[in-house]
Amino acid sequence: MDTPFAITLGSASSRTNRTGAWRVERPVYRDLFPPCAAACPAGENVREWLHLAQDGDYEAAWREIMSVNPFPAIMGRVCYRPCETACNRGQLDETVGINSVERFLGDEAIRAGWTVSAGEATGRRVLVVGAGPAGLAAAYHLRLLGHDVTIRDSGPEPGGMMRFGIPAYRLPRDVLDAEIRRIVELGVTLELNTRVGDVADIRDAEGFDAVFLAVGAQLSHRTYVPAGDSAHILDALSVLRRTAGGAPPLLGRRVAVYGGGNTAVDVARTARRLGAADALIVYRRTRDRMPAHESEVTEAEEEGVRLRWLSTIAQADEGRVTVERMRLDESGFPQPTGEFDELDADAVVLALGQDSDLGLVSHTPSVATAHGRIVVDGAFMTGLPGVFAGGDAISGDRTVTSAIGHGRRAAQAIDAWLRETAVEASAPVVEAAFEGLNPWYYTDAPRQHRSKLEAARRTSTFDEVVAGLDAATALFEARRCLSCGGCFECDNCYSVCPDNAVIKLGPGRRYEIDLEYCKGCGLCAAECPAGAIAMIPEQRLEPS
Amino acid sequence: MPVEQIPYRQTGSLVAGNRLLAAELRAGQARPDRADALTCGHRACRGCGEALAARWVVDAALRATANRLIAVNATGCLEVFSTPYPESAWQLPWLHSLFGNAPAVATGVAAALRAQGRTDVRVLGQGGDGGTVDIGFGCLSGMFERNDDVLYVCYDNEAYMNTGVQRSGATPPAARTATTQAVGPEPGNVFGQGKNVPAVAMAHEIPYVATATVADLRDLEYKVTRAMDLRGARYLHVLVPCPLGWGSEAHDTIRLARLATQSGLFPVFEAEHGEVTAVTRIRHHVAVEEYLRRQSRYAHLFRPRERTDVIARIQAQADRNITRYGLLAESAPEEVS
Ligand SMILES: Cc1cc2nc3c(=O)[nH]c(=O)nc-3n(C[C@H](O)[C@H](O)[C@H](O)COP(=O)(O)OP(=O)(O)OC[C@H]3O[C@@H](n4cnc5c(N)ncnc54)[C@H](O)[C@@H]3O)c2cc1C
Ligand SMILES: Cc1ncc(C[n+]2csc(CCOP(=O)(O)OP(=O)(O)O)c2C)c(N)n1
Ligand code: SF4
Ligand code: SF4
Ligand code: SF4
Ligand SMILES: [Mg+2]
Repeated sequence: MDTPFAITLGSASSRTNRTGAWRVERPVYRDLFPPCAAACPAGENVREWLHLAQDGDYEAAWREIMSVNPFPAIMGRVCYRPCETACNRGQLDETVGINSVERFLGDEAIRAGWTVSAGEATGRRVLVVGAGPAGLAAAYHLRLLGHDVTIRDSGPEPGGMMRFGIPAYRLPRDVLDAEIRRIVELGVTLELNTRVGDVADIRDAEGFDAVFLAVGAQLSHRTYVPAGDSAHILDALSVLRRTAGGAPPLLGRRVAVYGGGNTAVDVARTARRLGAADALIVYRRTRDRMPAHESEVTEAEEEGVRLRWLSTIAQADEGRVTVERMRLDESGFPQPTGEFDELDADAVVLALGQDSDLGLVSHTPSVATAHGRIVVDGAFMTGLPGVFAGGDAISGDRTVTSAIGHGRRAAQAIDAWLRETAVEASAPVVEAAFEGLNPWYYTDAPRQHRSKLEAARRTSTFDEVVAGLDAATALFEARRCLSCGGCFECDNCYSVCPDNAVIKLGPGRRYEIDLEYCKGCGLCAAECPAGAIAMIPEQRLEPS
Repeated sequence: MPVEQIPYRQTGSLVAGNRLLAAELRAGQARPDRADALTCGHRACRGCGEALAARWVVDAALRATANRLIAVNATGCLEVFSTPYPESAWQLPWLHSLFGNAPAVATGVAAALRAQGRTDVRVLGQGGDGGTVDIGFGCLSGMFERNDDVLYVCYDNEAYMNTGVQRSGATPPAARTATTQAVGPEPGNVFGQGKNVPAVAMAHEIPYVATATVADLRDLEYKVTRAMDLRGARYLHVLVPCPLGWGSEAHDTIRLARLATQSGLFPVFEAEHGEVTAVTRIRHHVAVEEYLRRQSRYAHLFRPRERTDVIARIQAQADRNITRYGLLAESAPEEVS
């Protein structure tokens, strides 16, 4: 043996001993689906864009969101944040402020003027009916896929309920305009003040290859409230629409709002801003059963909105309403008690839900409807081939986020239909549970909360209530993410292997297991903070 | 705290690498060009804490000495699994003589280098707890009192593992070993015996004494580097869980070291010239039971009936360490006599 002076054994001669043969289990790198992404109705891969934001590469992070959702700045304001409800960090201290980081990225993009570009032209023409979030999201994805898109909307401006429902104090119009403009500038033909009468007719007459119906739910749900001649009764959508259009109705000093959803809360907060000294929400069940989002109810209360539970409006007259007290029966339904109270109210605003106006398909029997909504198949197609639908007009959650998800998935389905292919079925995913993480390795990092506008300005102006995070706090918040189920290159596996059997492939390229030497101890898997390594049994050779 | 504690950035300095940190702030073991002084093909059991700690220690010492390092090894698992003739897993000049004389051989190597005027080449002695606290103890104490220029590292797996898990002076009370069976009213190793060699080393007032575990890579690397900055006799005592001897899962090796520190059973500190200069505080305090339950050497404390009395005595030991070294942030460190 040729060894240096005083060295009797060849160094590293142990490498002839292939200890991998001892193994009964082997480590395998995996990419589990994080719960935040699984919960996002728009389909954002939250962990991926947080990862990019952690590096300070805000543009790449924004582009990752944009690959799915064209409204990061809007989402960062109005989304009800199911991702945060699902976030694993909630089991450690407080959930990651995903939504506030998203808003920061969206605002950065508007400030910096980042844009996207349309795909190569296919020559196929798609008509989108409705310029709400569902229609705009579909148009955006169809343009990325190279299709020619025309949007028609009966309203004077695009945005749907994002403009004529959600008030400006939650979604400033410059933000809304900027994100819509970016979509229109992709080369979308936007035809406003144009109501679509009969879908089948228009499609055939104008030769569209496909149609996407995203007409939302524009009609206020009617309930009969016995009222005297001079009672002042309005519906919530018209109050909000007129306020958004700059011509708010006169409501008086005392306003009673009937209903318990987000619309009721928004209309009560709007009434306060329009000068009502007293805005009272009358709801027939209890607060915990209110469909409105908790944070919005809290914000309304901060602004002096009062809430009255277990009450229905029995009668409205000039200057006052009669409410009946309710009680909940065993199954949680409100039942009348026969006890009445009189309250002062100059106006009563009804916020009892919205219905879709489905006139545009009423002459097309092949397009089925059920419970006032259009029926679609798994690919968002109605009974009429080539006509698709999504958003509030079909069954499902009625949120902006869900409408965006519909728009994207419908665009993919339309694209597949136009190309006569099938949408790729997504592989079943395994969610990264908190139990699979090794929380020891995460630093204690308190969540950064967004500040709110001072109280006085919240009852006298439509200025935005919730402020954004600055760059430093947004970065901090992004870095609170645990990277559930996905390698973030912490080098733990590489460092803790007693057999040097983890090979580091370099930045962005992660690691590989050297199966010649890995004994299968499982330390790499146990000490991976993110649960990105699984131990799987080795195949044994059965005796023949 | 001597190791720079980097807050936030997702995992701060708690993980080895953390891509959000500048390269120089990452652990040595995260480097693609680390020495891997103990290379693959060694025959340590799956999940061996000693093999892991030895690579961490020797790699860090090589980096601190620009690769001018000679290692001297006592008999024990570390020698047997790394160097069965004609194989060696070592990637540095490495000597083995006997079970009980590693500190003396290391002294000799240091003396020979001094005689040659070679101040650049440094000496590392290493052995298991049996080789260190028992049979090699006389040589070690001599090395300390002469203040020989050697860093001696004890890999403490709390028994003679290489020969089949016999009790050593570092075996904790109540633990079952081949020679302290779980029989009789006081099953396992007896209370009130054994020795605390880090404390004995401090009593020699040598330049540097420290403890570490395989649960804290950065702390261990820091301590090796710090020791190599100093001259004279230095001692590092590293807790290394042993799946075979402790009856634990191979994948629990690091977790057990972590539970040992977080319960207070194994205090992590450093001392210079006989005075404690820093302690690593407990981050998530746990009861000793969490540590004991995962090891079958303590199974008799839980089956057939739970020996709450014995567990309470072990808990009292952990609590004593906590007050003695000030391991919880609230408690101020007491004078260590
Ligand atoms: C007051 C209020 C507050 C809300 N707050 C939130 C919130 O904070 N977060 C959230 O996620 N969701 C919120 N929502 C729900 C959300 O706004 C809707 O779910 C979402 O806008 C539905 O999107 P869409 O595209 O399906 O329909 P819409 O936004 O309703 O858009 C439909 C568009 O189609 C047009 N249209 C209809 N019929 C025709 C026709 N025949 N021809 C041409 N155009 C037509 C309409 O003019 C409209 O512009 C709120 C809703 C309301 C009412
Ligand atoms: C003088 C002498 N007695 C006994 C032995 C047998 N022997 C070799 S290693 C060993 C135990 C080693 O225990 P420890 O130092 O704790 O190292 P470990 O194997 O636990 O790492 C024994 C008893 C020997 N080699 N020489
Ligand atoms: S910690 Fe990060 S990856 Fe995990 S659920 Fe929360 S946002 Fe998603
Ligand atoms: S730590 Fe090393 S030996 Fe153990 S399973 Fe992972 S790669 Fe294999
Ligand atoms: S017996 Fe223990 S110390 Fe020895 S090689 Fe196995 S795990 Fe390591
Ligand atoms: Mg030992």
